[in-house]
Amino acid sequence: MSYDAHLRVWRGDAEGGELVDFTVEVNEGEVVLDIIHRLQATQAPDLAVRWNCKAGKCGSCSAEVNGRPRLMCMTRMNTFAAGEPISITPMRAFPVIRDLVTDVSFNYTKARAVPAFSPPPDLAPGEYRMSQVDVERSQEFRKCIECFLCQDTCHVVRDHEENKPAFAGPRFLMRIAELDMHPLDALDRKRQAQDDFGLGMCNITKCCTEVCPEHIKITDNALIPMKERVVDRKYDPLVWLGSKILRRS
Amino acid sequence: MSTQTGVDAAGRAPVAARTLRTDRWWLQPAITVAVFVAFIIYSTIRAFANTAYYAAPYISPFYSPCLATNCIPGTGELHLVGSWWQLSPALLVLVFPLGFRFTCYYYRKAYFRSFWLSPPACAVPEPHRSYSGETRFPLIVNNAHRYFFYAGLVLNVILTYDAILGFRDAQGHWGHMGLGTLVLLTNATLLWLYSLSCHSCRHIVGGRLKHFSKHPVRYRAWTFVSRLNPRHMQFAWVSLVWVALTDAYVALVASGTFTDPRFF
Repeated sequence: MSYDAHLRVWRGDAEGGELVDFTVEVNEGEVVLDIIHRLQATQAPDLAVRWNCKAGKCGSCSAEVNGRPRLMCMTRMNTFAAGEPISITPMRAFPVIRDLVTDVSFNYTKARAVPAFSPPPDLAPGEYRMSQVDVERSQEFRKCIECFLCQDTCHVVRDHEENKPAFAGPRFLMRIAELDMHPLDALDRKRQAQDDFGLGMCNITKCCTEVCPEHIKITDNALIPMKERVVDRKYDPLVWLGSKILRRS
Repeated sequence: MSTQTGVDAAGRAPVAARTLRTDRWWLQPAITVAVFVAFIIYSTIRAFANTAYYAAPYISPFYSPCLATNCIPGTGELHLVGSWWQLSPALLVLVFPLGFRFTCYYYRKAYFRSFWLSPPACAVPEPHRSYSGETRFPLIVNNAHRYFFYAGLVLNVILTYDAILGFRDAQGHWGHMGLGTLVLLTNATLLWLYSLSCHSCRHIVGGRLKHFSKHPVRYRAWTFVSRLNPRHMQFAWVSLVWVALTDAYVALVASGTFTDPRFF
């Protein structure tokens, strides 16, 4: 069954813009990205939108639908009432380029700053041996499709542009946790996470987990365990004493 | 009111409305505030009341262990605090469970969202001009959560012992049970579930390890805690409400308002 949806799509660029009203046909089984494509095909051929797989796996079509960070290709139209106005804006934590397309280079800068996997120096490639039980804990984090919705919703940078240099955001703190949990990674990432990547700024409000389209438990399984590891290294005198007595690193 | 450094910062897509969310995003923080405020008012009144906290064999969890010499006779023999302490004995112990809950990873989410509005809900702008998170005093104290967890474990043992003492009658004879026994047992069970599902507990039992394969026992313990951990929020709320209800039950029995039904 088809009906006409009332869309309010943000149009503009870095100089300014506004929500523009459109009426677009919706058919059964469609998602928001389908409607944006129809809008582009019938009424606004110059509408800029980034998309690729239409299957929730490439992480390209991130936007905010009715104010909530979502993948447009994974947001079904039948979750909205037929006459309800639906607002679609670009991610609002990043600079806008045009219409629904944002400049997400902040994330690539942070990604480059995270030191890569560092095996022990006496271990050559081909000699890596590890048990499944040791690696499966961090395999959950490998599901990340880098849609950057967690980065977009995190209030530390979303509401405070000035925090961007000091805070890497949940996606890259999760990457640090993944490496720190790796059985063969030899780098001390705990102080780094706190001092260089701003883990202490995270106040566990779990918005990153709430918006993750891959349902990764970012807060419970990556950020909090990493915070606890930082406590071991920086704030717990008993662990410090134990490590000195037992000569652990 | 958002600031120029937030979603209104230069270069970002400007939108006049404070938020475009159309769902009832304010409901959850509002409920959290209501329940917290109710608990804070109730627990403050009861902590300072210094009365109606013992009705043999039941003792209120707010007053256990009763460590001061001004405790009601029968509430405990371990008087670590001398007669100089004239205030309510509840004040000596409540700092530990309150500290445990204040630094708890779940409650941090709850109060940062509902009281500090940082943020009130996901993608809803917070009202503060600057933000430093848990990097400075006082919030850096949240890193001491594990020490409150240890103290909480000691209290759980004591409250479990109190619940077991509930299988006596008012004269101290074993083999009896009343509705109060069930109330105290439920309270102890919920507190254990809340403590064992704690994120610090999960880290301590095995989460800090890099090699689970070298520590199979700790890996099993971590797996067990990891099963409880996703329900930490539910355990936090239920145990908070139940501990207040347990105190209220003991207060009603101790004041003679209600007679404890005895099963045997």
